[in-house]
This record gives sequence, C-alpha cells and structure tokens, in this order.
Amino acid sequence: MTTRLSARDVTLSYGERVVSTRLSLDVPDGAFTAVVGPNGCGKSTLLRAFVRLLKPGEGTVSLDSRSVTDFPAKALARELAFLPQDPLAPEGITVRQLVARGRYPHQSLLALWTAGDERAVAEAMDTAEVEDFADRPVAELSGGQRQRVWVAMVLAQDTPYLLLDEPTSFLDITHQYRLLALLSRLRDEGRTVIAVLHDINQACRFADHLVAMKDGRVAAEGAAADVVDAALIKDVFDLPSVIVADPVSGTPMVVPE
Amino acid sequence: MTDTQQPDTQNPGTQKPGTQKPGTQNPGTQNPDTYDVRETPVSGRTSTVRVPVGDRAWFVQRRTITLVLGCAAAMLGLGFVGLSYGTSWATPGEVFGALTGLEPSVVIAEWRAPRVVAGILFGAALGVAGAIFQNLTRNPMGSPDIIGLDAGAYTGALLVMTVFAGASMTVAFGSVVGGLVTAALVYSLSRSNGLSGMRLVVIGIAVNAMITALNNWLVLRAELEVAMAAVGWNSGSLNGIDWDDLILPFAVLSVLLTVAALRSQTLHQSALGDAIAVSTGVPLERQRMLMVLVGVGCTATVTAVAGPVAFIALAAPQIGRRLAKAPGIPLLPAALTGAVLLQLADLIAQMLLAPVSLPVGVVTTAIGGGYLIWLLAQEVRRR
Repeated sequence: MTTRLSARDVTLSYGERVVSTRLSLDVPDGAFTAVVGPNGCGKSTLLRAFVRLLKPGEGTVSLDSRSVTDFPAKALARELAFLPQDPLAPEGITVRQLVARGRYPHQSLLALWTAGDERAVAEAMDTAEVEDFADRPVAELSGGQRQRVWVAMVLAQDTPYLLLDEPTSFLDITHQYRLLALLSRLRDEGRTVIAVLHDINQACRFADHLVAMKDGRVAAEGAAADVVDAALIKDVFDLPSVIVADPVSGTPMVVPE
Repeated sequence: MTDTQQPDTQNPGTQKPGTQKPGTQNPGTQNPDTYDVRETPVSGRTSTVRVPVGDRAWFVQRRTITLVLGCAAAMLGLGFVGLSYGTSWATPGEVFGALTGLEPSVVIAEWRAPRVVAGILFGAALGVAGAIFQNLTRNPMGSPDIIGLDAGAYTGALLVMTVFAGASMTVAFGSVVGGLVTAALVYSLSRSNGLSGMRLVVIGIAVNAMITALNNWLVLRAELEVAMAAVGWNSGSLNGIDWDDLILPFAVLSVLLTVAALRSQTLHQSALGDAIAVSTGVPLERQRMLMVLVGVGCTATVTAVAGPVAFIALAAPQIGRRLAKAPGIPLLPAALTGAVLLQLADLIAQMLLAPVSLPVGVVTTAIGGGYLIWLLAQEVRRR
C-alpha cells in the first residue's frame, strides 16, 4: 500500500474546542476510503484538515511528504478536490456554468479557456450524468440531480484525489447507491476517493479501506471484512448489534439488536 | 458494481435528440479514454460567444454584449442631453462645435462635460463597489452605502476639512481612511461565530445611522464657510465639478477598477462558499482583504469629490445582474448600470426644480429608498 496523502500527529480544533489530538491517518492511493463514526467524532474535521480548510495546531498534513500548507493554493487544488456538505450555488447559475467553476485552479488570471478545460468539463458532465440538464439553472434541479452537479464540478477539477463530506446525505436510497457506484467507478479509473459516510453498511460495501473514528481518534482501520465486528460497533457507535454478511456483496452488514 | 451499473443510470427517454454521443449507446463497452468531446463549447450553447485568444478562448455571454452596447448607447444619449441641458438648451450643433473645438464654449466644455464624465465614472465606481460588497457579504443589502462606508468616508473627509483645513488631496486621503475604519468597525462588530451577511448588514445599518449623526454634529460645529460647503455636499452632489476635480479620482479609480476586473473571477469563485473557494485554490483571506480595499477605495474616492451618493451601489449590481442574466453578482453589468443610473439621476436632479439644481444624492435616495423597502420586505419574507 502506497500513500501520498497523510496526517501525522495532528491536533485539530475550532477555537477553544479541541476535536482531535495526535491523530494520524495514511490514505491509501487509488483506493476508496470511507470514514465512519458517530456525529461529532471529527470525521468532517479531518477531511477539512486535508484540504487546508483547517490548519492543524500541531502535527502536519502532507502530500508527497510536503506539508499541504507549503503548496501554492492552486497547486494544491490541482491535487485535492473537496465537496463540502453545504456548497453554495450562486443565483441563476446553470449546471454547465457551475461545473466549469471546477476549472478555476487550472486557469490564469484572465480565465482564458483551453481545449483541455473544455474537454475536462464535458467529461465531468458525462461521467456524473448531468448532461441532460446542462443548461438548466441549478436551483431548479432535484436534490439528487444537484448533488451530481456538484460531483461533476469537483470532477472537472481533474484531481487525483476526491474528498467528499457526507455526499449521500439528503439523497433518496436510489440516488445514494448511484452516487456510491459512481465513486467506485472513479476509483476504478485510478482516482483516490475519501468519503465521510453516514451509513456503515454502505461504507462496508463500497470502501476498500474503512476508517472508524470515535472521539477524534481512529478506532480501527482496514478492509471492512477485517475490522468490522460487533465489538467495534459497540465501541464506536455504542450500539449492540449482530454482524451478518451482506446478501448481495458479502461484505459485513451491521444489524442492530 | 461499477460499469454494469451504468445501464440503470442512463435514461434515454429524457435525453434530448441530438445530444446522444456515439459512446453512450452501449454503456457496457464504454471506455472513458475514448469519449468524444462534445462540439458545444464549455460555457456552451448559442447564448455565449467564443472569442479566440491565441489557442485559448474567452467566453462572453451574448446578454452581456447586448448590455454593454445598450448601456453605451444610453450613456451617449444621456451624455448628449447632459451637455445640452442648462439654464438654456444648447443646440446639437453647439454641442458638437464645443466637443470638436470648432465653436468653443466654456459652459459646455468646462462646466457640463466634466459633470457628465463624473456621472459615468462615479456611477461605475459605485456600482462595482456595491457588487464587491454584495458578493463578500452574500447579501443584496450588503452594499457600502447601506453598511455605513459612504458615511464613514464622509466623516473622514469632514474631519480633514474642518479640523485640518486640508486640500482636496488630503480630503481624499481622509475619506479613504474614514471608509476603511468604518469597514473595520462593522466587520469586527459583526464577527462572532463566523461571518453572517445578514448580521453584518443589520449592524452596518446601525453604524450608518450613528456615523450620519456624527457627520451632522461635525458640520454644526464647523466654521460657517466650511459648514456651508460641507452641507451642499452632505447628500452627494455633482454640482460644480470641474476637470481639475476629476484628475485624481480618474487615476485612482482606473487602478482600482483594473484590479477589480483582474480579481473578478476569484471573487465569483468565492461565491461557491468558503469551503469550495479554498479547496479550488482561492487565497480567501488575501482575496477578501484586497476586495475590501478596492471596494472602500472606490466608495471613498467618489465620496471625497461628490459626497456620499447613496443607493447607486445598492441598486446597480442587482439591476445589472437581472439585465445580464448572469450567475451571481457580476461586476461589469454593475459598473455599466451604475454609470447609467447616476447619469440619469443627475439629469433628473438638474431638471426637477430647474433652475435650482438639486444634489444628485437627493434623487438617488428618493428612488433608492423605495427599492430598499422592497428589498427588506423580500429579505424578511425569505426567512
């Protein structure tokens, strides 16, 4: 397992409130990593530290052994793309215009478009399947469509890493699975995907590498089949459960008692 | 789990005719490397025009081009009326004669022309300042005139005039300092648990009221001549502006508007929320600081010469946005709309109670006040 992106002994806090102390995590290259854990355990905070939205008080987050804070802003943005929980769509923006915003880190001051920019946007819209409504205002779309548009935007960023903070929240079950399948496909194409997921069973099913967090620390990590057992679920979620095999994928499935 | 899922996610029934690409007919064999890139350019469709620049391209919305042409025509038309109008109407021949120098006219070339140019230049600057602050606060009411920056810049100018008896250069400087101090004050008062646009607007309105009271007090305490000059200027006026008054503002605003234009893409990227802005490579803190400086600079420069002209900065970006049908709050339409608006308001100010020329700020306040009430009602309804 090779690792370009890692957090080493980081302390993460919002003002006075310390979320994580001495947290370390290596993100396996080319894999789908899912981060799970109860609300407020520091999953999102960890993701935010990776993309420099939060600077660690101590320790370093590094890409290729170089601290992410040492990268020029746009250079880092060409490596790591991030989809937060609450992105804002400017009033009146169309799908195509929003997806095109993903090209920002590849452009100069004057925002001149290259053939490469155009190709990246077209491919992103194709991959995320948003072409059918490419010229409609984002505000008119359904929740599932809108989420795919945002995914298309981070895809247009054309980065080796995709970090997504609870991308399936507020989606119905069909759209949840469609989105997770899309992320798996992107992993197959060679991207490294790191997603905070709410649903432990979906995480087990789709992730190559599962990271279970509790109280700001990593409680367990590894392949779902190796790390998920009743004891872990009791420890992390404080939930008594029985672990069975998912009848479709054979991965562990948590059934609360 | 991966490719085999794709047939389910395709929905040929809703696909527009002609949009289907060869590769999507048979998703099972789809290979991402062989995607045909669609003919349509990225910013797409027929509503944009592609301007090639070397091997790169620049996309311009058709609506924006129409708006530029429309506003240019309006400015020329209003400018012509502005040059003709006075205590007596000049004929078109006299105006052209004065412009070409064949038939020199001090009234047209030295009195009316600088006023027309000031209307355009200051209107554009106020429009851009408004668009910048509405972008930063993510609120249509977060414009400099509403949150007290005009009033603060005016305080700076008044202090220089009354206390230090300064000349125009120092008045301009005092005005910029006053605007910046007010911006810092509003920003620090509204900053708790992160920055909320609405919170900043409400605090800004309060600060605006207090500073306006301070301004009145300063005028009352001033020497009679200074007070008379200051009061004539209190609500914003283009009366008596000549070419000499415009040299410094023209130079300063040229620089500020150029900076704004160069940073506009970054400004619009920030509209996607702080998280996306940072993760797509916007240096957020630096960008904000720069934009505040440009916005305050534009407002203060105008205020130093013309006094606080309210409501152009509030209304122009929103009108411009609707006319251009562009996403977010774009700068160019705001500048153009602001220029036309201020020019129009100044003509109305001159004509309304002719031969008495009203301060243009009275007209903009009267029109803009109604607009502000409507905007407040909208905002309250939205919550």
